[in-house]
Amino acid sequence: MKVLIPSPLYSYTGGRKTVEAEGATLEAVTRSLDRSFPGLRFRVVDEQGGIRPHIKLFVNRVQVRDLSAPVGPADEVAIVNAFSGG
Amino acid sequence: MKNAKGVAVLVGTRKGAFILRTDAKRRSWKLSGPHFLGAVVHHLVLDPRDGKTLLAAVRTGHLGPTVYRSQDGGRTWTEAKRPPAFPKVPEGEKGRVLDHVFWLTPGHASQPGLWYAGVSPQGLFKSEDGGMTWAGVAGFNDAKDYPAWVGTSQDLTPDGGKTHSVLVDPRDPGHLYLGLSGGGFFESKDAGASWKRLNKGCDRVFPVADPDEGHDPHCVRFSADPDRLYMQNHCGIYRLDRPSETWVRIGRKMPKAVGDVGFPMTVHPRDPETAWVFPMDGTEVWPRVSPGGKPAVYRTSDGGRSWSRQDKGLPREQAWFTVKRQAMSADALDPVGLYFGTTSGEVWASADEGRTWRCLAAHLPHIYSVEAARS
Repeated sequence: MKVLIPSPLYSYTGGRKTVEAEGATLEAVTRSLDRSFPGLRFRVVDEQGGIRPHIKLFVNRVQVRDLSAPVGPADEVAIVNAFSGG
Repeated sequence: MKNAKGVAVLVGTRKGAFILRTDAKRRSWKLSGPHFLGAVVHHLVLDPRDGKTLLAAVRTGHLGPTVYRSQDGGRTWTEAKRPPAFPKVPEGEKGRVLDHVFWLTPGHASQPGLWYAGVSPQGLFKSEDGGMTWAGVAGFNDAKDYPAWVGTSQDLTPDGGKTHSVLVDPRDPGHLYLGLSGGGFFESKDAGASWKRLNKGCDRVFPVADPDEGHDPHCVRFSADPDRLYMQNHCGIYRLDRPSETWVRIGRKMPKAVGDVGFPMTVHPRDPETAWVFPMDGTEVWPRVSPGGKPAVYRTSDGGRSWSRQDKGLPREQAWFTVKRQAMSADALDPVGLYFGTTSGEVWASADEGRTWRCLAAHLPHIYSVEAARS
């Protein structure tokens, strides 16, 4: 599936704004991303498996707050990183 | 940098890292960077064992915390394969989530590649491969007394509890100290397998009945003699001469109008009697700026029995400096060079042990840490 990457994570994807990943859940997608781009998952998902504060995940432009949510090959996943604070 | 004669001043800021370099004369400085522009860099440290490895504690905005390593003076950086992280707990339990790596300490000279990291929320991690993979020090992080040591959110610094002042006895790699804000100062004699409190003699932040509670060391350094430690505490300035376990408040000899509140503390690399502090206003609402808007470093040359003001070259008025606990450092040259960085983004230096000061850099982001190293 297609995954949209926010600019703070470009250093992991070699500057690519869109990458491919696989998995039947968002959890699996983040692990797939980490295999392709080591270190990326921990910047988005903490060690207890929670989505970090001020990070949002969208599936087909709908925010999903649970990593166990199912996704399919035709879905579009977007990782959005807030820019907030001074 | 192994046989270098100059100095590098490593500056961590809220928006990236910078490096100031000079030769042994320390007259002309060159600023390089930023590294990690836009990221919080709590600490940037050079490994004195090889003179070339840099570790940086980095957190990019809302992204998770990590550690980067450079082995070419900061030209290129490699991220840790396994950054510090607390263990995942079973479903339904609340586990700790590491917010940021706050403090980095190279291990003992006999243990190349070993590093310690103090983190927030409080915890101690170590790496045995030069900072590439990290594991928690279970003897501290999972100790049964850990909840009592670290307290609750009522006890912590505003942006989370800090693990700082991770010290490795240069005579014994198994002899460690660390500080918690809040929480107190701790000692391990078995390489971190077990820890005990070491706060006797320190005044306490809170008037609680339990003498073990209410402690808040801000910064602790070995003097040139590792049996002597100096502490800048929330409540004042202290000295500990081992094997004693009782700190002595040496800040009472500071001028009353200045007080002995502050965050950083640094020491002379060869004279255990000499140390420096950067006092800040601890009155009423605790402004934590230079008292009266007149910044000064204070030096003791007699183990804290007396203090002298050192402000030549610093602004005379309307200069409300705040210097954080990691943002003051000394080099190893003779005479000793001193460096501090302000939250307003200025790096100040003295090449004559504090007698005169000059501004090396201005307009940097909010400075979190300043470390002087050989270059």
